[in-house]
Amino acid sequence: MDDFLLRALCGGLGVALAAGPLGAFIVWRRMAYFGDTLAHSGLLGVALGVVLQINPQLGVAATCLLIAMVLVLLQRQRALAADTLLGILAHTSLSLGLVTLAFLETVRIDLTSYLFGDILAISVDDLYWIWGGAGLALAALAGLWRPLLAATVHEELAQVEGVPVFAVRLAFMLLIAIVIAVAMKVVGILLITSLLIIPAATARRFARSPESMALLAGGLGCVAVGAGLWASLRWDTPAGPSVVVAAAALFALGQALPSR
Amino acid sequence: MTVKPSSAPALAAQPLLRVENVSLSLRGQPIVQSVTFQVRAGEIVTLIGLNGAGKSTIARIVLGLIRPDAGRVQLRPGLRIGYMPQRLMIDDTLPLTVERFITLGGSASREQVQAALAEVGAAQVMRSPVQAISGGEFQRMLLARALLRDPDLLVLDEPIQGVDLAGQYELYDLIGQLRHRRGCGILMVSHDLHLVMATTDQVLCLNRHICCSGHPDDVARDPAYLQLFGLDGARRLAIYHHHHNHRHDLHGAVVAAEEEAHG
Repeated sequence: MDDFLLRALCGGLGVALAAGPLGAFIVWRRMAYFGDTLAHSGLLGVALGVVLQINPQLGVAATCLLIAMVLVLLQRQRALAADTLLGILAHTSLSLGLVTLAFLETVRIDLTSYLFGDILAISVDDLYWIWGGAGLALAALAGLWRPLLAATVHEELAQVEGVPVFAVRLAFMLLIAIVIAVAMKVVGILLITSLLIIPAATARRFARSPESMALLAGGLGCVAVGAGLWASLRWDTPAGPSVVVAAAALFALGQALPSR
Repeated sequence: MTVKPSSAPALAAQPLLRVENVSLSLRGQPIVQSVTFQVRAGEIVTLIGLNGAGKSTIARIVLGLIRPDAGRVQLRPGLRIGYMPQRLMIDDTLPLTVERFITLGGSASREQVQAALAEVGAAQVMRSPVQAISGGEFQRMLLARALLRDPDLLVLDEPIQGVDLAGQYELYDLIGQLRHRRGCGILMVSHDLHLVMATTDQVLCLNRHICCSGHPDDVARDPAYLQLFGLDGARRLAIYHHHHNHRHDLHGAVVAAEEEAHG
């Protein structure tokens, strides 16, 4: 197997392993559109990274977190419905990212690779970032598991029972921001949400507990990455979208199978 | 209106919960106005009122989920609270058994969960998915989770919601028994006086402020209660409707009650 392919596979598996369990929470909390909005702001993070001359993935994580905070503040106002706010923020931040990048004339940026991923161009450095970020996110999620699950089922009940729900919610947003930052290279900011929610949605029919659903989602994500890469080689299709198509095919297959 | 005894024996058990002159406004709209009451151990206090009367808001203030604009909530030091929230919907995408749901509230052994479920008469659903049980079983599951915390005070927000009629009386019976068996105080929110009458010791009839309060039999005959709920509602017909026979000013106070024969 070629080196670049091995690196692509390693990177993809790292992202899939973290995205599966986190995606399960996104599905349970009905936050798919929220994740999408954060991902859209990723391009602004890339621009920020260029301007501040920091690693683009740090820029993306920071921007996602910032957008998440803005969203939390705006939702407190309750003047607009949540999905309207998300729509405003998603497309404003994406456009702002595109406009900012256009101002940076001296830098040439391959926009497509950020929008749809460039998994075949993953470097060894990228792998450190991906596995470091994914490992951190998974470890934090494991530590946060019980309070986060309690708050997901009912936030006020959890709060009365002593869960610091606000801190837990912030930590969860931070984890989403990290995973978006590391997944960007694999599937691109426009397709990240699919890697979060499709494996989790596929796993639902076969899971009897929250934990089994999360683990199964991670595993299904890995299968999708492998199948997508293989298909991309076989038919010379774009790798990131191929991974997403593979995940969707698994979902369709799962619907056809009897549950449990 | 109740009259507080001026020289109650000081040695009487300290109340579990004391709410004093609590007020809350949201965006300039008064939601709760100078509400005062207390709950003692072994006592059931029920807040009744129409939708938007501030019942649940008071419960949430007591639980520390919202901070009042004015007034004080005093909990007996070290008080453990069990809470049964209103309208709990668990997403279909979350695979969760009853047992797992209950242990989310705090670690407990399988035997303890089984015992708590047995105490509320729902032992048979322990391994069922939470999405597959009936409304009555769901409420009992919530109650079991609250009981596992060994509470001194139970706060129950509309505990019979989604329960069929026969089950409603059973559930209130159960709540009444719990008070005796466990000696805990219970603060309950309900929209229906007559269902809770047999169970409760004291009723506070709310319309942002406390319209009337006291023993349920007295409240049921109180003109303020009759005005608020209407005679039909007070007599408890199968379908509840009431006449708007008085108005409230911007602050929620009763302006004038038309002298329609409520007698």
